[in-house]
Amino acid sequence: MQLDDLPIGQPARITAVDWTLLVPEEAQRLRALGIDNGAKVTLAYRGVFAGRDPLALEIGRMTVALRRIHARAMTVEPA
Amino acid sequence: MTRAIRTAALVGNPNAGKSALFNALTGARQKIANYPGVTVERKAGRMALPSGEPVELIDLPGSYGLDATSPDEEVTRKVILGEMEGQTRPDALVVVLDASNLEQHLVFAQEIIALGRPTVIALNMIDLAERDGLVLDPTALEQALGVPVIPTVAVRRRGLTELAAAIAEAERHAGEPAHPQSHIGLTERRLEAHVIADGAILSETRRHRLHSRLDRVLLHPWLGPVILFALLFVMFQAVFAWATPFADALESGIGAISAEVRATVPASLARDLLTEGILSGVGSVVVFLPQILILFFFILVLEATGYMARAAFLMDRLMAGVGLSGRSFIPLLSSFACAIPGIMATRSIADPKDRLTTILIAPLMTCSARLPVYAVIIAAFIPNRSVGAGVGLQGLVLFALYVIGIVGAMAVALVLRRSVTKGAASGFIMELPKYQMPTIKDLALGLWQRAWIFLRRAGTIIFMVTVVLWLLLNFPRAAPGEDQVDASIAGTLANGLAVVVEPIGFNRDIALALIPAMAAREVAVASLATTYAVAATDEAETAQKLGDQLKSRWTLPTALAFLAWFVFAPQCMSTIAVTRRETNGWKWPLFMLAYLFGLAYLFAGITYWSAVALGL
Repeated sequence: MQLDDLPIGQPARITAVDWTLLVPEEAQRLRALGIDNGAKVTLAYRGVFAGRDPLALEIGRMTVALRRIHARAMTVEPA
Repeated sequence: MTRAIRTAALVGNPNAGKSALFNALTGARQKIANYPGVTVERKAGRMALPSGEPVELIDLPGSYGLDATSPDEEVTRKVILGEMEGQTRPDALVVVLDASNLEQHLVFAQEIIALGRPTVIALNMIDLAERDGLVLDPTALEQALGVPVIPTVAVRRRGLTELAAAIAEAERHAGEPAHPQSHIGLTERRLEAHVIADGAILSETRRHRLHSRLDRVLLHPWLGPVILFALLFVMFQAVFAWATPFADALESGIGAISAEVRATVPASLARDLLTEGILSGVGSVVVFLPQILILFFFILVLEATGYMARAAFLMDRLMAGVGLSGRSFIPLLSSFACAIPGIMATRSIADPKDRLTTILIAPLMTCSARLPVYAVIIAAFIPNRSVGAGVGLQGLVLFALYVIGIVGAMAVALVLRRSVTKGAASGFIMELPKYQMPTIKDLALGLWQRAWIFLRRAGTIIFMVTVVLWLLLNFPRAAPGEDQVDASIAGTLANGLAVVVEPIGFNRDIALALIPAMAAREVAVASLATTYAVAATDEAETAQKLGDQLKSRWTLPTALAFLAWFVFAPQCMSTIAVTRRETNGWKWPLFMLAYLFGLAYLFAGITYWSAVALGL
């Protein structure tokens, strides 16, 4: 399952990241925020407009906003 | 023999509470300037060590690591490593950690500690961590990191003395990094951060945290945008409604001084300069101080509470529609106060094309300098009546002007992103900070800094421009029976310009106001006030309020066209200057001037002729 398909409130672990789908600077920023292989995340909120973009992700004690296009590059496994 | 600590820098992740700690440590003794060559704000202040010796404390932009991705983080990296031109390398580094988010904040902290420089850790916002049910052991953290750890609560001034003492002693904790492997990678640092954080957390009761409850409402797919829109609406209504008594008091105060001068000083050109030039001109701008402060108050509160990032989240999708991201929303919202801090705030946008587009549209956000212009015209031409539900027509028109600016900005962004700033669509990655109660002291300090900037402008630029304009309006003196304004140098210049602006419904007086308003928009009001004070034929007319003068001299279509002009016109030299510095050249500021004047002319014309056609 890709991260953007994860139901809201379902804790999951990132099992793979396709870094080739991401711009290098954005990949670096995501990793700086701890959004990386092995991280435990929960999808908390989705935007309202078309595509329900962006997403708010809970990781540790942080909430991070990102776009669906980033979430699409990440494979998750419900935990 | 240890070298004394003379400069120290606050470093840490964004949202660690650095600025609150900086304010608490330095009080009002701050200097805000720019680093040479870049427009990243350099915030420095003085703090005292326990010995009484002063230390210069620098507040560095929040950063997630030493490998920079934005101009902001680049400054942090350069200052820490001593590579920043015009800035000596800080003698000590104070790493500010959010106590309730250790596993994230320790990643950057380890990178700093590994530099082997005198380092102190401020374990900040420890009260919020406790509120969230987190009990921490600072001693365990100290042992794991090998540098002093001081628990602090910046907003309650807790731990500040201890922190100052630790900074004074910082030299002793350098040179022997606890981790000999100073080149470990990000993944290792993250694993290590988890281990250290787990070791420092004594107990953790997972409580239902306040901020997730708030987010459930404020980020709600439907409620969220409704609340955001309502908040912005209240903000703009308040700017008009709350400020009125204060503005009236200021206005009558200035009127009283003017009357007093007229009564005591014998009639002369010097007296006219004082009353018509300085008091009318500068006074007409100063009365807007209450409105500007109310606007800044809202923006500061939105920022300090953490709501601003939520607004960015809610707006991201809309901004994506025009090729920008939610990140651009924050500089654009700041531009409602002033485009200069707004343009400077674009430094947090990593994508260069995104950043350039945001800079180019920032002047379309209705800044506080336009408020005096809008307020005077609205008060004079729009009837003060309710349109129901406690909403006034004047407030509604003001709101509409803001909306036109926003819609115009979005349309321009859409066009720019498909033409001159074409590039790959940018992303949106942003931490949403925890909600916080803003402290009165930080708000008061922020408001004071804004008020001071505004009054200094009124006392320098606006003062000088007004005096020069008064002189140009009064010389050469008119022959008896001739109109003074027509005879003057300024009048001659304005008559020339009037030919250009007549097709869009502007009269000679407006043409006259537009020239000095290049210095700053609000000067337009001062110029009109001075012009009409000079043109007045008797004492009673001179004493008339500017609004009444305008009402008797302008038609409604002209007034509306004037408003439309100011929605778009780039009349602010400081904005042009900051754009030049920010984009490293004249190309973009000139482009900005050209497109904004074009739009202003076009829309003022459309407004004028539509209003005339409608018979207004």
